[in-house]
Amino acid sequence: MTTTLLTAAARAVGLSKVYGEGDTRVTALDQVSVEFVQGQFTAIMGPSGSGKSTLMHCMAGLDSVTSGSATIGDTELGGLKDKQLTKLRRDQIGFVFQAFNLLPTLTALENITLPMDIAGRKPDQAWLDQVVATVGLSDRLGHRPSQLSGGQQQRVACARALASRPAIIFADEPTGNLDSRSGAEILGFLRNSVRELGQTVVMVTHDPVAASYADRVVFLADGRIVDEMYGPTADSVLDRMRRFDAKGRTS
Amino acid sequence: MYRTALRNVLAHKGRLLMTMLAVLLGTAFVAGTMVFSDSVGQAFKNSQSASFDNISVQVHNSAAGSETKASDNNSSALPLTDATVKRIAALPGTQSARGTVTGFAGLSDPQGNLIGGRGNTQGSNWVAGPDGRDSSYPMVQGAGPTDSHQIAVDQRTAQKNGFKVGDTVRLAVDGPVEQMTVTGIFTTVDPQVKAGGSLVLFDTATAQHFYLKPGQFTTIQAVARPGTSQQQLLDQVLPVIPHSGNITAKTGVQLSADSLAQVEAATSGMRTALLAFAGIALFVGIFLISNTFTMLIAQRTRELALMRAIGASRRQITNSVLLEALFVGVFASLGGLLAGIGIGAGLKALFGSGGDLPSGGLVLSATTVVATLVTGVVVTVVAALLPSIRASRVAPVAAMRSNDQPATQKSLVVRNSIGAAFFGTGLAAVLYGAHLGGSDGRLPVGAGAGLILIGAFVLTPLLSRPLIALVGPLFARLYGVSGKLAKQNALRNPRRTAATASALTIGLTLISALTVIGASVTDAVTKEVTSGMTADYAISMTLGDPISPTLLPGIKGTAGVTAASVLDAQYVKADGRELSVSGFDAASFSQLAAPAMVGGSADAIRQGALLVSEDTAASHHWTVGGSTRFTYPDGSTGTVRIGGIYKKNDLFGPVMMGESVLAPHTTAPYYQTVLVKGAGGATPALEQALKDSTGRNPLVDVQSQKQMVKDFSSQISLLLNVMYGLLGMAVLIAVLGVVNTLAMSVFERKREIGMLRAIGLERRGVKRMVRLESVVIAAFGAVLGVAIGGFLAWAAVQLLKSSLAGLTTSFPVGQLAAYVLAAALVGLGAALWPARRAARLDILDSIKTD
Repeated sequence: MTTTLLTAAARAVGLSKVYGEGDTRVTALDQVSVEFVQGQFTAIMGPSGSGKSTLMHCMAGLDSVTSGSATIGDTELGGLKDKQLTKLRRDQIGFVFQAFNLLPTLTALENITLPMDIAGRKPDQAWLDQVVATVGLSDRLGHRPSQLSGGQQQRVACARALASRPAIIFADEPTGNLDSRSGAEILGFLRNSVRELGQTVVMVTHDPVAASYADRVVFLADGRIVDEMYGPTADSVLDRMRRFDAKGRTS
Repeated sequence: MYRTALRNVLAHKGRLLMTMLAVLLGTAFVAGTMVFSDSVGQAFKNSQSASFDNISVQVHNSAAGSETKASDNNSSALPLTDATVKRIAALPGTQSARGTVTGFAGLSDPQGNLIGGRGNTQGSNWVAGPDGRDSSYPMVQGAGPTDSHQIAVDQRTAQKNGFKVGDTVRLAVDGPVEQMTVTGIFTTVDPQVKAGGSLVLFDTATAQHFYLKPGQFTTIQAVARPGTSQQQLLDQVLPVIPHSGNITAKTGVQLSADSLAQVEAATSGMRTALLAFAGIALFVGIFLISNTFTMLIAQRTRELALMRAIGASRRQITNSVLLEALFVGVFASLGGLLAGIGIGAGLKALFGSGGDLPSGGLVLSATTVVATLVTGVVVTVVAALLPSIRASRVAPVAAMRSNDQPATQKSLVVRNSIGAAFFGTGLAAVLYGAHLGGSDGRLPVGAGAGLILIGAFVLTPLLSRPLIALVGPLFARLYGVSGKLAKQNALRNPRRTAATASALTIGLTLISALTVIGASVTDAVTKEVTSGMTADYAISMTLGDPISPTLLPGIKGTAGVTAASVLDAQYVKADGRELSVSGFDAASFSQLAAPAMVGGSADAIRQGALLVSEDTAASHHWTVGGSTRFTYPDGSTGTVRIGGIYKKNDLFGPVMMGESVLAPHTTAPYYQTVLVKGAGGATPALEQALKDSTGRNPLVDVQSQKQMVKDFSSQISLLLNVMYGLLGMAVLIAVLGVVNTLAMSVFERKREIGMLRAIGLERRGVKRMVRLESVVIAAFGAVLGVAIGGFLAWAAVQLLKSSLAGLTTSFPVGQLAAYVLAAALVGLGAALWPARRAARLDILDSIKTD
């Protein structure tokens, strides 16, 4: 496999996540092993309930794992206390959520530099300028989220994720609340950040068009990785997804 | 609708808890006050009624015992004498008649201190009937007093102080201390004794010697023969008693009605005062309740819009919210009633344990129940009125909007204009009133104060921005991003912040106004005492009685005394007006007093001239070198010269003159104070020597300047502490409001907090953010309150200026700053629980999209 030659930004080994007990026991992730390689844009796809969001939450240190291990860089998440996890998220991970999740009281620029403010670090001005220019927000930095369109808000969220140069960015359905044009802008921006800035991005989506922007697509079903695809197109992804549906219906 | 309202209450019971608690506390205050005052009133009534059971008619001389008082130099007053008693006893309807002499008796406990507080140790006369007993005072031990060195003591006082028959006790009335032998211990139904006072009995001649003149009485009580009604006896009594304004005759029935009315008046005064404080607490509660409902409705916008969309009318929406408030009000008031009964019982036990209250059961009147419930329900519903109307304005289309739509802030322009109008008018009225001063200014200042408060509440959202923005940089530097976010959060909903802070503002306004006024008055008195008086000691009698002239030689002869002067308070007539004049020993005047002169010289008093205060001179158009005619107490007249004018000082009164000029024209001396200068200043030795030379009389007060100031300031601070305590309830409710606002804010900002946690804010940071927001809101409310309170106190001082010389506003800056600091700490405390909740939020749960 070619991927093992490259450094993994994040890795899951035998990762399981079980909710509830007894009759209400649900296995969300079942012995998942996967690596997300540095400088790559990976999309995680799968039908609803396949465990794709859970995988992302566990990898990002937002949720605890039942068994197996998840690592970011060289750090094993399993043994970390809440405080250490928080610090890890702050310094190593960037987030883009479906709902824009900006602070309404802060300006666009303040929202972008928030993770560094929390860490008490000064942002790297040159990098910040580059990020802001890339997302095309230079003239909107003083605006508050309520004065920005949905697409602009999500671009602020992307810039926030990038600004602290995290080891990896997790994006959870980043285009879910956007129209197709704004969605395309965001996806193009995420792809550029990988190609031009060398960022690592992992995106959860159920949209084949969104997935087609990625370098690699990992398919999840019933908590297991069932397939992966490199250099996907919208059609090839859609095709693969249809097979899930067919299988789901026949089984 | 009824069902929806009930469901809503049940669904939000956690968030309505603080509201309920606020209403509960307020109504408990109301109920507690009413239960307590009813119970006390009833107990007093019970104790009073018994004491008039065996009196048919009572004749009273209101001038008795006050002949020596300068202000009552009323030659037309007629005494009640032995002859009057005999005439009444001889009436056909009279079975028995007794003359009673009463007055104040200073009884000393074994340690030499005065027993009882001021005025509740009475002395009276023992009147033995043919059987050798006095039916009013049945003896438990021993016998009644029969000579001038014997007394009987009431049973409780005897028990408390360990007095036994045969003991020698020390007692003073107006002269030196007398050694008295206890001959008997008695019980009585006298209401004063039942209420915790002491009573000593003398034989009639001794009582008359102490309090009146031989053969005179204060009151005569007559018992009717069987078959004669009280009214019939009164009709017989009236012609045989002296006809004068100071003599009144009443039947037993009238007397007990009078005393009931007195009790009623006394308890209703107390009740009104306490209810005023309860009212303040409830008023603060209104802010909290209104804020809670506003927040609940904001959170339920989509739900309300849905109801509108599917056909609910505006009225129905309003009613459903009001119905919710009604549920809250009823439950909370019921709780408040129960708690109030507990408070009433507790208060009664607290005050009753000292023996200062007559015993009796707890009274829960129907009025209390109704008033408490109605108050609680009305307050809650009124507070919910505005939010309920706002709820009805929710557009049906809001149901279709996404939750993320930021709530559009309605413009504050209208609100600010109204607030500015109120505030401006109030400010102008207060300034105008303060300019007028005295009683003329009272109305404008009072009305203006109300307008300022209303205006300030309306303007608080506007004020919140600049004031809170001030702390922004400080917070950002000290606490980093948590501090910055806390500031932003406090500012993001100015109405909510304002409503929360205003609740604290009310309490702090009152507390700081009281503090400033108290400090100003204390300051003025200190200045007055220390600036005008160069004497080391002022000797006076407790209760404001005059000092007996017999004590004077002893004081003057005390070793170490270099100068001493009486201050003889007399009334003269000048320009047809009554004028109070103080007679001073002119020779030693310069050693004892140093009035601040504005014209003439203080030495003029030695030449027999008058010294008059500035305002008296102005009102009589007197100038230095001029003269005036006095009509003296004895009726003689004389011309006196004006020798000097001094700055008003309450210690000296309006006019001072040489005692050697004044004394020959008075009927009796009235030595209010004796001023003393010691060779070595105020020393403990001199103080003891002065006490010894006045016969260690428990009634004689020997006070140094320091003690006078301390005495006064401790009285003021006691009064202030009581009021602070009562205002504490309002502050407590305001704190509940802060807790409530924060808890609901945390709930509303769940997703934001989740996001902050996700991108790396520690639990500690979240906690700190919520706590700092609370501190900011609390400190803001406090600063506003202290500022308004300080200003209003300044205005009040302008009003009081005319009645208290040398009064200027003094701001105890340290204390006021401490209030703001305390409020900030209270804010910190109020945030403990909400901050904990915020920090505990599950990240995934918070950020998930619904």
